Amino acid sequence: MTLALSGQEVVAKLEQQFPGSVIESSENNLLVKSESIFDVAEYLKSSPELDFDYLNYIAAVDYYNYFELVYQFTSMKHNHSLVLKTRCYDRENPAVPSVVRLWQGADFQEREIYDLMGISFEGHPNLKRILLWQGFEGHPLRKDYL
Amino acid sequence: MEVDITPRHIYSDTELDRTEGEAIEALKRSTQQPIPDPDRWLDEELRRNILLTSLDTILNWARRSSLWPVICFPACCAFELIAANASRFDLSRFGMEILRASPRQADLMITAGTLTWKMAPQVKRIYEQMAEPKWVIAMGACGISGGIFRSSYNVVPGYNRIIPVDVYVPGCPPRPEALIHGIRMLHHKISKRSITEG
Amino acid sequence: MALKTEPFVLNIGPVHPSTHGVFRMRATLDGEVIIDMEPVFGYLHRGIEKLAEERTYTGVIPLTDRLDYLASMSNNLAYVLAVEKLAGIPVPERAEYLRVILAELQRIASHLIAVGAFLNDCGAFFTPFLYMFREREKIVDLFEMVSGQRLLYNYMRIGGFTQDIPDEFLPALDKFVRQMPGFIDEYDRLLAENEILLARAKGVGILPKELAINICASGPVLRGSGVNWDIRKVDPYSIYDRFEFDIPTGSAGDCYDRYRVRVQEMRQSLRIIEQAMKQLPSGAVRSEVPHLIHPPAGEAYAHIEAPKGELGFYLVSDNSIAPYRCHIRAPSLMNLTALREMMLGWKIQDAIIIFGSIDITMGEVDR
Repeated sequence: MTLALSGQEVVAKLEQQFPGSVIESSENNLLVKSESIFDVAEYLKSSPELDFDYLNYIAAVDYYNYFELVYQFTSMKHNHSLVLKTRCYDRENPAVPSVVRLWQGADFQEREIYDLMGISFEGHPNLKRILLWQGFEGHPLRKDYL
Repeated sequence: MEVDITPRHIYSDTELDRTEGEAIEALKRSTQQPIPDPDRWLDEELRRNILLTSLDTILNWARRSSLWPVICFPACCAFELIAANASRFDLSRFGMEILRASPRQADLMITAGTLTWKMAPQVKRIYEQMAEPKWVIAMGACGISGGIFRSSYNVVPGYNRIIPVDVYVPGCPPRPEALIHGIRMLHHKISKRSITEG
Repeated sequence: MALKTEPFVLNIGPVHPSTHGVFRMRATLDGEVIIDMEPVFGYLHRGIEKLAEERTYTGVIPLTDRLDYLASMSNNLAYVLAVEKLAGIPVPERAEYLRVILAELQRIASHLIAVGAFLNDCGAFFTPFLYMFREREKIVDLFEMVSGQRLLYNYMRIGGFTQDIPDEFLPALDKFVRQMPGFIDEYDRLLAENEILLARAKGVGILPKELAINICASGPVLRGSGVNWDIRKVDPYSIYDRFEFDIPTGSAGDCYDRYRVRVQEMRQSLRIIEQAMKQLPSGAVRSEVPHLIHPPAGEAYAHIEAPKGELGFYLVSDNSIAPYRCHIRAPSLMNLTALREMMLGWKIQDAIIIFGSIDITMGEVDR
């Protein structure tokens, strides 16, 4: 069975490496600041006892005050998984660092989130609309698009 | 390992995307009403031209016995169309086993799937490239009215917004028997045509 | 004297004569060799994630059918598992066994079309496809007995099924399971050592192991590259830990390996169905669930091994009758990420085979 790591197990190591990046850690997930997503993800991927080399998915949810990005990682060697979350409070031009240099599987997913939710990813080499056409106005998956 | 995914094309992909996006928006603005169904054959039946009747019969028999569909398979209904072509429900007994990839060689378009606004200019182009006489069967609920996806932001509510439709076959997806019934209805419609009309 | 050449952009358009759906590739060619490729999709984007927010939890099940329309039972299963995880609803034993039987039958049906379409692209125009369809019609008959539909079943419900299977299902399933290995042997005899298939598919479109993990591929694409990762074994859902089956893997990661993995997975699915039929208990098929389901506020992610790969549903609920957010982790979208790397340097005829061997369904990629 894939062991779902709780946030508390990982938070001690993260606080050592990147102090101040973790906002909240709970039993199911770990909430970090949006600027430090790339550094935290790189550490999670390269550290030998965590070794998260597989990114299951990236999802974006629109809670009216903020956008929340959810990442789930799995390690094939140790067979454990972790859920990482981050929040974006800017409604006009939300921006988050991209993790595409670590996992190429994030390429199309980040483009889709940009297309449907409007969150831009800094460092993505090819950020353009993927499912809708260029010239489409608005971002349909937001709660205020009718 | 880090793989470089920076695009290195010899063309400007943003230019291409922008022109295509403008074409889609233009099509969306210009098709606000559905195209009326081609029903003139209902009036023609009342006025018979006796001189050309036997010629009409032969031409109509030839046209309806070898309708060649064009391959345009957006979504799920495609697999019921392929199943209708396969060995159990054999469409080749109606002369239709050849699915033509090139629209110039086809005369029937069976719209097997949901139409989205992004795909609409391409389908309209394929329809315009088909040579006369040509017919369209709208297959499935998505083809008739948009189906289960009607309220979506990207779905065209029925193919008759952009091309004129002759026969509507309901179902989601329609069984191969229902599709064959729709094709037989199209055969009846073709046999009532006369070469004096367009 | 060198010949002056110029690269040429060819649009392999959304409408093309292979059955993989509306996918477009803008390929830059130098003669016949592909030097660059840009995939464009979205031609079937119907906004399923947005539509799911307007419907009740049970009303989303017909929408999930239309994702990977060749494997509707698997889509239903993934969604229903996610809702049951979110709301904490138990499932009776008989329903669990029936779910396994239907999911494995669906895997066989989907792989039959995958193999048939792949051979169609290789040049055997329609003959193996029609043979595969002959077997698929038998499976579709079984599904029609159970749910009344041939393609988009809408059969699984939250908490089990509404109606039990009819009496004639199990004898017909028994007959199918006894006949099918003979048919797979027949296809193997004709195709496994076929010169043309080996020449066209062996060594073509190699996906190296590290790249396969990096792009987060799953399903036969990942296993064809030599990675032994199958959700039914590493993170068993439903009752898969009670059955014995093997996970076929390839070694080279080329098109031929992916094709072999699919054929062998069909045999393993038959093994699972035989075991499940022997152990099938009697009893209720649905637990007591209210008509309108109100899960408590929270979120859940459930993933299954669908025929195309890892299909997952991420659901967020805010204690109302409709999901607040339903995100679909589509395996075909992830498997497509490395298409450009797999195609560079090959000729344009090989591009069609490489694309066909990944086996995508556009309903899933575009949602």
